[in-house]
Amino acid sequence: MCLAIPSKIIHIENEMATIDVDGVKRSASLMLLEDSAVGDYVIVHAGFAIKKLDEDSAKETIRLLREAAAFVDDLEAGKG
Amino acid sequence: MTLKHSQDFHDPRIARHLAARITRISRKPVRFMEVCGTHTVAIFRSGIRSLLPETISLLSGPGCPVCVTAQQEIDAFIALAREPETIVATFGDLIRVPGSGSSLQREKADGADVRMVYSTFDAVALARENPDKRVVFLGVGFETTAPTVAAAILAAHQQRLDNFSVMSAHKIVPPALEALADGTINIDGFLLPGHVSVIIGMDAYRSFFEAHRVPCVVAGFEPSDLLQSIAMLVDQVESGRPALENAYPRAVSPAGNPKAMAVMNEVFAVGDADWRGIGTIPASGLAIREKYAAFDAFRVFDIRLKPAPEPKGCACGEILTGMKIPPQCPLYKTVCNPMAPVGPCMVSSEGTCAAYYRYHGDG
Repeated sequence: MCLAIPSKIIHIENEMATIDVDGVKRSASLMLLEDSAVGDYVIVHAGFAIKKLDEDSAKETIRLLREAAAFVDDLEAGKG
Repeated sequence: MTLKHSQDFHDPRIARHLAARITRISRKPVRFMEVCGTHTVAIFRSGIRSLLPETISLLSGPGCPVCVTAQQEIDAFIALAREPETIVATFGDLIRVPGSGSSLQREKADGADVRMVYSTFDAVALARENPDKRVVFLGVGFETTAPTVAAAILAAHQQRLDNFSVMSAHKIVPPALEALADGTINIDGFLLPGHVSVIIGMDAYRSFFEAHRVPCVVAGFEPSDLLQSIAMLVDQVESGRPALENAYPRAVSPAGNPKAMAVMNEVFAVGDADWRGIGTIPASGLAIREKYAAFDAFRVFDIRLKPAPEPKGCACGEILTGMKIPPQCPLYKTVCNPMAPVGPCMVSSEGTCAAYYRYHGDG
């Protein structure tokens, strides 16, 4: 029931957004979202955008995970 | 690529590293419960189970919306479909769930007007387009779905639609965690639902966590998210320091989504609710407030919930609470399968039995 794929807002009209989900266009209500703009990535649940994704946080999580993985790779390769 | 960041969380190097780390640090045999049905499916689909050491067992919890819906609620939905001049609108999963004597699918075959919708606004549109019919949306789901149903009621109110209503069987997650933690089964940690938490926020779990001091991590849905969350739970267990942690910060904040919560609370009031397999949990359901009584199908139609036993032999209730896994149910794969489901756990795409069946969870 929960679609976890981030969707990009490409158009907004009257609290309704056109979103791009992996190349497929759908509409989503913005009625449950505090603020949003064209270009934002949102989580959509059953036709409603419920959250704007925090891009900085996503990047930070990936950076930390990558660093940890690289550190272990280095250890295993005897470089650490 | 349009799925910004999403693919990064699929990086096999990260997944390999996290799995190796979990295997290295895990000593004590533990049972973790994923409370969200979408997590259950994501865990199976990504093959995470095969990456985990034998010390870690994953149990599915009461997080599949259709599965936790009580038998008497299913029966009430079916009774609604039999009402004259009535269109029943629902998300797809519910249609095949067997009630005590029928299902929405069977009623539809017998001539009832049952429509599958993608969004609650589609149900409002049905009411607008069919002014001579009564349109009822079946409200099933947790805090992720309830605000979208509340939004539909507000829209119908605004549009002065007097032929739209909702039969609410909505449930909320934190009281179910309380019931599980107070129950007989020992759970060493909870993977908390991602999108319920988007709405209610980390703060909503604080009182549960303080009362039980059991490891809790809010998880996202990508393989790296899930492995990272399991690693955090193992860390908490092995260090003896339970915590309430957020492994999905790009979507989940301490306060959640206040606007969605406000819409939900405007329309719904918290009340007791019956859960399949658990029974009545105090203050765990959402009923439509008096102010919106005109949109409450329980008030509009003369339909009452009547106690109904769960299907004979079906272990769905025990599976939802982590007491059994599907292969321990005598009906699993013998008389119960996705083509002929006995209970909702085999019907719903998020049901534990359906996930075991599809991904050969029993080996």
